[in-house]
Parts: sequence; C-alpha cells; structure tokens
Amino acid sequence: MGLFDRHAGLLDAYRDVRTTGADPFQIRMERVLSPTEAIINGKKCLLVGTNNYFGLTFDPSCMEAAIEAIRAEGTGTTGSRIANGSYSEHVALEQEIAEFYGKKHCMVFTTGYQANLGVISTLVGPEDFLLIDADSHASIYDACKQTQAEVVRFKHNDPASLDARLRRLKDRDEGDKPGNRLVVLEGIYSMLGDSAPLKEFIAVCKKHGAYVLIDEAHSLGALGENGRGLCESAGVLDDCHFIVGTFSKTLGAIGGYCVSNDPDFDILRVTTRAYMFTASPPPSIVASVRQALKVVRAQGTQLRKQLWDNVHTLYDGLVAQGFKLGPEYGPVVGVHLPDRMTAIGFWRAMLDAGIYVNVAVPPATPNGVSLLRCSLCAVHTKEQLDHMIEVMTGIGRQMGVLQPKLKVVSR
Amino acid sequence: MRTAQNVIVENDDATAVLRRRVPTRGEVMAEIMTQLGNFRTDDSYVIRGETVIAKDLAIDSLAVMDMVMELEDRFDVSIPMNVVAEIQTVDELANTILKLAARR
Repeated sequence: MGLFDRHAGLLDAYRDVRTTGADPFQIRMERVLSPTEAIINGKKCLLVGTNNYFGLTFDPSCMEAAIEAIRAEGTGTTGSRIANGSYSEHVALEQEIAEFYGKKHCMVFTTGYQANLGVISTLVGPEDFLLIDADSHASIYDACKQTQAEVVRFKHNDPASLDARLRRLKDRDEGDKPGNRLVVLEGIYSMLGDSAPLKEFIAVCKKHGAYVLIDEAHSLGALGENGRGLCESAGVLDDCHFIVGTFSKTLGAIGGYCVSNDPDFDILRVTTRAYMFTASPPPSIVASVRQALKVVRAQGTQLRKQLWDNVHTLYDGLVAQGFKLGPEYGPVVGVHLPDRMTAIGFWRAMLDAGIYVNVAVPPATPNGVSLLRCSLCAVHTKEQLDHMIEVMTGIGRQMGVLQPKLKVVSR
Repeated sequence: MRTAQNVIVENDDATAVLRRRVPTRGEVMAEIMTQLGNFRTDDSYVIRGETVIAKDLAIDSLAVMDMVMELEDRFDVSIPMNVVAEIQTVDELANTILKLAARR
C-alpha cells in the first residue's frame, strides 16, 4: 500500500470539486486592495469571507506600528518564548490583553490554533475528563488527540447533553480519583455563526464542578459591551476559567492568547509544548496587535455597530429571497445549499460575478452540510452587500436553489 | 485540592435515583442496526455483528461519532472518543456499550 492510498476517498471528492473549473482550496489573492476588495483571477472582487470583522488589516495606525517595530527590532525573533524570543513587547501585549479581560494572567501564542492545541491538551491529563462540543474547531479536536485525558463529546449547543455526560462521569465507580473536568465551548461557531447558550452551559458546569474554557476567536470585538466576546455579552466573564482568542480575525494579524485568573496559570509556560517549541510572534505582529487592541478599545462601539448593521443587511436580505441560513444573526452567515456540488458550483458562479466567500463542504462541516460561508466586515458598505444579495439571488434562481419569483397577475 | 467550582450538592430526586436497567445484547444490537441502517451502500446488505462499520458501510468518522452520541443517550453511557476510535465492528460497539452499562 502506498503512502497516499489512504487518502484515495478524499482525492476522489477533491477531483469532483476541481471539475467545476476552479479549486476553492487553492484560490490565489493576486493583490489585496483593502479589507473588502482584492484582485482574484485578474478581476476586482468583493471579499465577504475573510474573518476580518473590524477591517483592521489596513488600519493606518496598525500598519504604522508594525512598520516601526520592524525598523526598531527586525523581522523576527528567531526563537521561542522560553529562550531568546521574549521581548518587552510580548510581555506588554500579554499585560494589555489580561487587562482587557480584567483577568490576572495571559499567555500569547504564535497562532490561535496553537493556543487551543497547547492550552487544552496541557490543562487536562491522565484521569481527567475533557468534554467538547460536537461542532468544535479542528484545533480543539487536535488537542483531544494530544491529551491523555478521556475525551467525551456532547451534542452541539446542548446543555442537557453536557449535563447527561457530566452526570455519567459522576456515576462511574472509580473510587477516590474523580479527576478534573474541563468543558470546551466556542463563543461563535465558525461554520454557521451560531453562539453557545453560555449561561445555561455555565449553570451545568457549576452543578458538576467543571472548569470552563471558551474560545472567543470569532466573537472578540463582535460581542459584549467592550468587545470581549460571548463571555461578556452573556454576563459570565467571571465564570469562564480560561478564555482563548486569536489575533487573526478582528485584530487583523496572526497569533493567539489565553487569559485566566488561576494563580498557577504561568506554569503553562514551561509545560505547553505548542508554546515552548515554536518561535514567538515577530515584533511587527506584536506591535500591530497592540495597536489594534487600542483601536478596539477606543472605537469598538462604533465598529461593532457597523458590523451588526451589516450582519442584519445580509442576513435579512438573503432570508427575504428564500435562502436557508444558519440559526441566528452573527458576523458569520452560513448559507445552506443542498449538496457539495451545488455549493461548489454556486461558489464558482459568485467568484465569476466578482464576489469571494468561503465554501465549506463535508468533512469540514457539521452534520455533512454544504455551505457558503460569508463573514462580514464593519467596513462593508450597504451598496456592496445589496449587490451581493442581488447576485446571489440571480445565481440561486439559475441553479434552482431558489424558487423563481412568480409574477403577480393583476386582475 | 483546588476545585473548579464550589460544587452544589443536590439531593438525589426521584429521576436521578431511577436508573435504567442494564440492556440486553439484543436491545443494543437492534438499536445499532437502526442507527446504521441509513448508511448501507445498498438495501439488500444485511448488517451483522462482524460488519466493519467504517469499511462495509458508507459512513465517515464524523457520522460514526454522531451515531455514537445517539447510542450513548439511548443507553445512558459515555463512550470516550479514544475508545470509539478503536471500535471496528458492530459486535465490538455492542460489547463496549454492554460493558459500560454494566458498570453504571
């Protein structure tokens, strides 16, 4: 058996995808013009699938901060945080994020993926229990593969399902070593844009004495009076023992973090392999993220309002045309399509019409659904989104996804 | 030992005390057959104890995990993900459920 034979099934599916004439997984941004526009296939396209929720990738103050940092400190740290890669600026960034959440401790990671992977797999060990939502991000699933804890999966956004599984652990006849329980949730789920019923989950966790870790990757900036995420908007910031987030979405760069009030939190710095055995974020990233966090604190209210106005424009517009969307309003709007090939074809037609969104097909999606995944930006204009709704409606009718509009016959 | 929360101790009410009896092997097999029925590649295929779930049926690993969640709730057991990963046949799945149910 050849090394690649085990991927034969996936290869067939991938071939199907490519027969549509464009490969959504190898799309090239020839030139990015702004947070909402890029040249793709030689043509200017509207970007509605880049997780750039506040549009800060081109914020002049963030760009300047990054440029200045490169001049002052060079292009990279060439080392890990536990060796030569801890600069004053890394520590300052950690203090600023901790302060943003009102928590005592913060650890910064080189990517958000590594933050989840490292923290989750290290927090629980042999004889502990890790409970994850069925629709968790790949970084959480990968943490499950690294940890020695027993992993139990509960139904997506279903506190009763978690309750049943925590109760069953309690029922186990395992003597005097009950082990810790860590429950992992996400503020906003990245495929359908739905939020966890966090208050209810917290109540279940309290009842069973479980620790709570919440990933606010897609909700940082978007939710809460200060943009801290679902933990803030649900009013349970103090009940979330660990909050993980990313710099690669709202903050417009790359990297991840975890904040906590646990007095022993810093031990993770010498136990978390995804933190210890990789180079630290380069000075330019640290500088632009620090500045982006300042922008979020100073202008967050306005940017959040713009973002949510855009969410409503797109969501309501698509619903009015008959599209089937994710269950609730959110900066991610998932558009359900009947099957993989329709989704790929729809995606391709949108790209031809100058609109880029993400396409998500099994096995990357929950319950085998096929989706167009749109993510909104505070600086999308209403005209851009109205145009997008019009284009999608046209393609939807052509492809038979939407019913053709019936003419009103006057009597 | 420090704990996550001040654990709220609740009096066991009637529903918590009421435990389901250990299911029979027949009951477990019947439920697995029902759950897997939709994943047969053709209707004439008969699912048996020796059916290799991932190979003989059109089911991906995510759908297997979803099916396991349904079985967990039906028989009030939790099958850890690493245990699920090692289960190959319908018989092995049934044995795992029966073993966990007996330990409740």
